[in-house]
Amino acid sequence: MQPLTNRVKVLEPKPLNLMERLYLPNILKGMMITFRHIFQKKATIQYPEQKRPFSSVFRGLHVLNRDEEGRERCTACGLCAVACPAEAITMEAAERKKGEEHLYREEKYAARYEINMLRCIFCGLCEEACPKDAIYLSETFAPANFTRKSFIYGKPDLLIPDPKEAPDDFARAKGQIEERKENTRKNLTA
Amino acid sequence: MQLLSTDISLILEKFSIIVIVVLALLGIALYTTFAERKVAGIMQDRYGPNRAGPFGLLQPLADGIKLFFKEELIPLASNRILFILGPFIAMFTALITGAVVPWGSQLEIFDRTVSLTIAKPDIGILYVFAVVSIGVFGMMIGGWASNNKFSLLAAIRGASQVISYELAMGLSIIALLFVTGTMNLGEIVTQQMAGGLGGLLGWNIFMQPLGFLIFLVCVFAECNRTPFDLPEAESELNMGYHQEYSSLKLGFFLFSEYINMIVSSAVMATLFFGGYDIPFVDETALSAAWGNNIVAILGILMLLSKIVFFLFLFMWVRWTIPRFRYDQLMDLGWRKMIPLALANMLITGVVTLWLNS
Repeated sequence: MQPLTNRVKVLEPKPLNLMERLYLPNILKGMMITFRHIFQKKATIQYPEQKRPFSSVFRGLHVLNRDEEGRERCTACGLCAVACPAEAITMEAAERKKGEEHLYREEKYAARYEINMLRCIFCGLCEEACPKDAIYLSETFAPANFTRKSFIYGKPDLLIPDPKEAPDDFARAKGQIEERKENTRKNLTA
Repeated sequence: MQLLSTDISLILEKFSIIVIVVLALLGIALYTTFAERKVAGIMQDRYGPNRAGPFGLLQPLADGIKLFFKEELIPLASNRILFILGPFIAMFTALITGAVVPWGSQLEIFDRTVSLTIAKPDIGILYVFAVVSIGVFGMMIGGWASNNKFSLLAAIRGASQVISYELAMGLSIIALLFVTGTMNLGEIVTQQMAGGLGGLLGWNIFMQPLGFLIFLVCVFAECNRTPFDLPEAESELNMGYHQEYSSLKLGFFLFSEYINMIVSSAVMATLFFGGYDIPFVDETALSAAWGNNIVAILGILMLLSKIVFFLFLFMWVRWTIPRFRYDQLMDLGWRKMIPLALANMLITGVVTLWLNS
């Protein structure tokens, strides 16, 4: 056959020498290798008990942020839904009424905010798109359930805890978000 | 009346030994499957099964229960009777090979001396060979009755492989019989116990190192263990001869393989490693000091530990060496093992004659 290039290197395998043809020494060599592996460190991570540490900017399930007084930050501008390449985010905007100032930070808010976690590809573009500091990705991942419908997360699933009801949980969630912001900034400048 | 009464107690004695040996074989086989997975895991830097019970010790039970509750499928196109017969032959032959293996010397219970061998025929080792060759029929019939081309191919492969390696195995045993002068397994063990260093130097492995090597390789082939596991070559034949089997019949096939491993380990230990002989210990002196029963039990434990070592060797090799190609397997069997075994036999014969003359 005509070679395509002249760079073909023909290799002639050397005939096996006596030690190789006896076969057993090499079997013993191989068995010593597997025997050594008995004493080596196990690579397994015992999953539910042990967990692999995540990257500092790991992108898990979303959370919706609140401000210090516990008001929802989202104004239903829809930039996250536009940015989303998987079209996983749906929302319905509503106008804030009198007396709801302690619930929503600005005059407009999301009456319905849903993320389909089965569509979501966890790219984090919603987080980048948000001008109101309202949506962040957390380190929670791999939710399990029996129905597809239950993977559509609504506002109750997404919002971080209310400081009036659970101040400790709120502070923890807030701390995680702050840490995440810091890590993302570091990651961008690095 | 005297004759009748002794007969009945003898039958009871033999029956209880048979029950114990069969149950022990099944129990050890159960945990050999567990050990196999554990050893595989550890050699691949994993843990192996460790969830069911402490250290995963209940895993074999879980596997057994799973197999037991699986749906029993018998293909419509199969030969129904033979299909059912296959796994039973495999299991039956695997279990009855244990009959001639001397599991220990003898126990003294209620003024009776109970020999720990089920049967002591003078043709001991020939019986093992005969039964092992019937064992192939389980695989052969099972594979053929499945009416599946992969199963049939696997069965043919298995049968020809076992027949090829039985030749070399027999030849290596003939050389051993030149040395021992008897085929009775119990006598072979007693002879080995008489050597120096508390019996260690009397072990036949020092007389027949090449014979042992040939025997070992052939045992691997007879038990269908890697590197000779061609009848179950998953990558080539899906699952091999037991592809169409499910539920307990599959369990019987898988189990008989492990029982075969245990029995052939026991035969290897008996023929070449002194059976229940404890090395560095003079048994007669010890039994005078401690009593016969304790020494006999220690002997059983010694045989068991030798068996465990061989079982580990089986697993160790399995997780080290890849499978042979079929032509390589035949080449090794017919063109390497048989001439080697013949040469070994001739040399042993000449040396034995020369020493005896």
